[in-house]
This record gives sequence, structure tokens and C-alpha cells, in this order.
Amino acid sequence: MSDRLPGFSTLAVHAGAQPDPTTGARATPIYQTTSFVFNDADHAASLFGLQAFGNIYTRIGNPTNAVLEERVAALEGGTAALAVASGHAAQVVVLQQLLQPGDEFIAARKLYGGSINQFTHAFKSFGWNVVWADPDDIASFERAVTPRTKAIFIESIANPAGSITDIEAISTVARKAGVPLIVDNTLASPYLIRPIDHGADIVVHSLTKFLGGHGNSIGGIIVDAGTFDWSTGGKYPMLSEPRPEYHGIRLQETFGNFAFAIACRVLGLRDLGPALSPFNAFMILTGIETLPLRMQKHCDNAKAVAEFLAGHPAVAAVNYAGLASDKYNQLARKYAPKGAGAVFTFSLKGGYDAGVSLVSKLQLFSHLANVGDTRSLVIHPASTTHSQLDDAAKVKSGAGPDVVRLSIGIEDKEDLIADLEQALGA
Amino acid sequence: MNHDAYPDDYIRAILNSVKSIAMVGASPLNVRPSYFAFKYLAQRSYDMIPVNPGHVGKELLGKPFVASLSDIDRPIDMIDIFRNSSHIMPVVEEALTLDPLPKVIWMQLGARDDAAALKAESVGIKVVMNRCPKIEYGRLSSEISWMGVNSRTLSSKRAPAPTQGMRLSLNRMSVGGGDTAASDRAAKNKSEQS
Repeated sequence: MSDRLPGFSTLAVHAGAQPDPTTGARATPIYQTTSFVFNDADHAASLFGLQAFGNIYTRIGNPTNAVLEERVAALEGGTAALAVASGHAAQVVVLQQLLQPGDEFIAARKLYGGSINQFTHAFKSFGWNVVWADPDDIASFERAVTPRTKAIFIESIANPAGSITDIEAISTVARKAGVPLIVDNTLASPYLIRPIDHGADIVVHSLTKFLGGHGNSIGGIIVDAGTFDWSTGGKYPMLSEPRPEYHGIRLQETFGNFAFAIACRVLGLRDLGPALSPFNAFMILTGIETLPLRMQKHCDNAKAVAEFLAGHPAVAAVNYAGLASDKYNQLARKYAPKGAGAVFTFSLKGGYDAGVSLVSKLQLFSHLANVGDTRSLVIHPASTTHSQLDDAAKVKSGAGPDVVRLSIGIEDKEDLIADLEQALGA
Repeated sequence: MNHDAYPDDYIRAILNSVKSIAMVGASPLNVRPSYFAFKYLAQRSYDMIPVNPGHVGKELLGKPFVASLSDIDRPIDMIDIFRNSSHIMPVVEEALTLDPLPKVIWMQLGARDDAAALKAESVGIKVVMNRCPKIEYGRLSSEISWMGVNSRTLSSKRAPAPTQGMRLSLNRMSVGGGDTAASDRAAKNKSEQS
């Protein structure tokens, strides 16, 4: 048996899954149960004390969810993963392991609007202070570092405008500051970009988007790259110090290069509670099996639609990194050579009113607040996903009042273009 | 042996062949990593011998502590060292006085002493550093997948449900071997800095 590395598509189908030991079922069963019996008192104690591998209670772990976790860890090149109820839950659980009240984290200003809200308001109430930096200005991250900085957070492909972030440059800042780099890889998926290959220490996803891919299940996941040394300087006590929750276990010492994923499970998920339903895990797993096929089609369609829009007289500008003229095209060629994703924005010469008119006339595109569905989607970020931001922040995050966001699906591209043409032309 | 990245075959062959394991630095405290590993390996049917001079006269999960390797009354296939890197060399030197020699010297997560490794390898002993045999056994059998850990193995075969006291098959298809590329790089950078 030689150690050869299977390709991405093989991992997307096989990683984490094997025939069910009890029944031989080949598809991953949905273990729709809250709890798992113990063999005896010692087995129970071993599981509760983290001494044995096994299942206790679905809030802490579930066999269906475990297949999903291993699969995404394999696709991202991480050591371990933890599935949670949503992408937002992933962010809470990650930062709970890293920040104490009064600590800071630096976040790229271009983020999903929901994340901007979560960081600005909800996290502030925990005493976790976000400091914003501009992903187009790497020095702004360096300037934001203070002794209280505990992490840096960016999106690989940033919502809503599909801009590409220079992950390697920002990972250099993080390494110098001695803090982990967290990359939200939702819009790229590991098929397009594997942030760990570029210096990420933690990857998070909304599984709801391209990984699940069918717009039917909410979920989130945290991937541990196994790259960060949590033991130095007592800066990350959840990992380096004896944990009273577990009679004095030190997680890094015990679990080595997957200690962060374990901390997220046993200190985060266990105590905060945002567990993923095994049914959702099953739906998302099924989606992941076709991720490479879907993602390529999403990207190819997106490029064709972006090119069409760029040539249309009613369109003022198209922000798609896959276009040769786009300011992020160089970064797209470096980080996402297979395609620049399928979420992007454009603005209409007719401004806000023209955008509203376009949305109302589209027949195939669905007007809703999601991305990464098989179906093509359209939304006006300024009045929806980014509506809580003030006008200046809307423009800074790429969601100005004249901007329309598309998430291109896997339909036939000719039909998508025809739909846009009729809605723009009439 | 390249101690920055072990092929799965190397680890698999060790875990499939050794029967007796002396654990130097075994702790009776049930939150210490050595206790975790001792208990797990005993449950997977290895003949475990706890070595710790501070606990002679006591037992660890029914196995009597011995003070040192030379106090063990039977041949040892593998020595698993739960000591910091700076305390590895004396243990290896003692191991080299044993007759018969151990087949494997294993240093736990976080422990690495390249000079001691070279010394052991020069007399034909296989060496593993900065790994945990419990984690590697759980990984190659995929039992560790219950914890969301990337086992870096695949299998289309139906395996028996793991139960206590059972040896598990470690013969799954490897995904690249060693650790993940990124975590191997990080470990190498760290060992070069220290």
C-alpha cells in the first residue's frame, strides 16, 4: 500500500464515509438519535473524560455529522473539523476559543453583511472587539495589530462583490503578530481555493452555500489546519491551560495538531449548543459528492453571464474577478485558477430604480437572500443583506445603492443570459 | 527515516507488529495524556507496562508500575516515552542496554530528540517522534473519525463495529500518508526554530 494522494473528486465522494459497520449500508445513514448507549460505566466515564473515541449525545457529536466533518477536513487539507448549526454558529464557536472579554480581532471590512452585524453588535456584547481593516490594503492589517489582538478574520472570495483576498499576504501579517488567520471559504469552496495551502490556520464555512449546494439545509463547519502552536505565552488559555470543564485536561498537549477542533467541540459546541441536525448533515454530504461538478459549472456560467453584462448598454459596471479587466483578476488567477466563483455584483446606469425593475422582471432568477444554490439568485444588497449598515459602510463593503448581486446557478447559461436580456431590455 | 513526515506504511507496520509496550512516564492521573494512551492501547490488546519510579508498588489499570526499563521481566517490543524532549536521551541510552533490544522507540506528541533517534536507528531500532500511538491507531483504523478528525484514510469495505478489547484493522487506503502537508510544514518550522 503506497501513500498516494487521491484527487479532489475522489475525496468529495469517499472521505469520511465507509459502509455502515452494522448494516452494510453504503450511503451514509442518518443517525437520527439524540443519544448513544454506553457499554458499561467505565466506557461512559472514558467517553465523558475524552479518553475514548465514541458517541455520547448528538449535541457533542453524531456519526452522520462526523462523516461530514472528516469529508470537509479532507477537502480543505485540515487535520479535523467540527460541524455546527450554521455559518454564524461556526464563527461564534471559533472566536469563543480564542478571545476573552476585552480582547480584539481584526476583520476584513469586505464581509458578508450578516458577519459584519454579528461582529459589530453581538460580539461586542461578549466583550470581543472587532477592528476593521481593508483587504485591499495589507498594511491596514499590520496597523490594526495590538497586544490584545487574538485573531485575523477574512473571506477568501468576499461577499458581495466576489473580490479576491490576498490570503498569503495577510497570513504573513498574522504569523508576525503571533495570531491565527481565520478564513471564511464559503464563496470559494475548497474546489476553487484551499486557504490552508496559503497560510490559513482555521477555515470556516457556511455549508448552506456551495458545499451543500442545493439551498435546502442550513449548516456551518470549522476546519482546523493543525498549523498553529497554541502553547506559547498563555495567550490561548482554552487550549494551553488546564480546563476546569474537564478536570484539568490541557487540550493542545493531549490532542496535538487537532486540539483546536476538539476545543471547538468540547468547550464550544458542548456548552453553547449550536448542534447541526444529522438530517441536515446528510443533505449537505449528498451535496458535497457533486461539488467539483457543480462548482465548475457555477464558475463557467458566471463568467459567461458576467461577460454578457459587461457588454450590455444598460450596465454601468460589473465586479467579477474572472473578467480580465477586473481589478481582482490577477489575484483570481493566482488563488482561483479554475474559476472566480459564482457570486458577483453589477451596477446599472439607471441606479436604484433600474435595479428594482430588473429584479421584478426576472423570470428564472429567484429574488432571495442566499447564495450558492443550484438555482440562479438575485438580490439588492443595500435593501436586504447589507441593510443594517450605514450608507458609507454599504459603499465600503461593496453594497452601494445601485448594486445588484447575482449568485449564478447551474442552469444552461443561454437561458440565464436570455432572462437577464429580457429584464434589462424591456 | 524522515522524521518530518512518516509514511502510513511505517506507522502501520509498527502498530501491527508490536505486542508489548513499556510506557516511560506513565501517569496514574486520569487527565494526563499518558493515562489516556495507556488505557486505550491496553483496550486494544497491547501488553502494557507502566514505567515510573514515583509509583512503584502501585498499579495502573491492573498493571504494576516498574521503576525503570531494566526492571521489566520480559522482552519489550516498543518503548513509548512520555517525557519532554530534554529527557529523551537518558531513556534511549537505557533502552540500548536491554537484551534483546526493543524494536521501536516512540516519542510522544511534542517530544523530539534527533540525536537520540539517530543513536537508536544506528542499531536498527525504528523511531517515531512527536506522534501519539493512540491517535495513530485511531487514525489508521478510522476510529478517530468519530471525533471529526481527518483520518487521511479511505475504505469501501465494511468494518466490524469497534468494541472494547478488540484489535481493529489498520489496513485502509492511505490518503497521502504522514500528517497533513500544512501541519507537517508547521511542525518542521517549529522544530527548526527550537
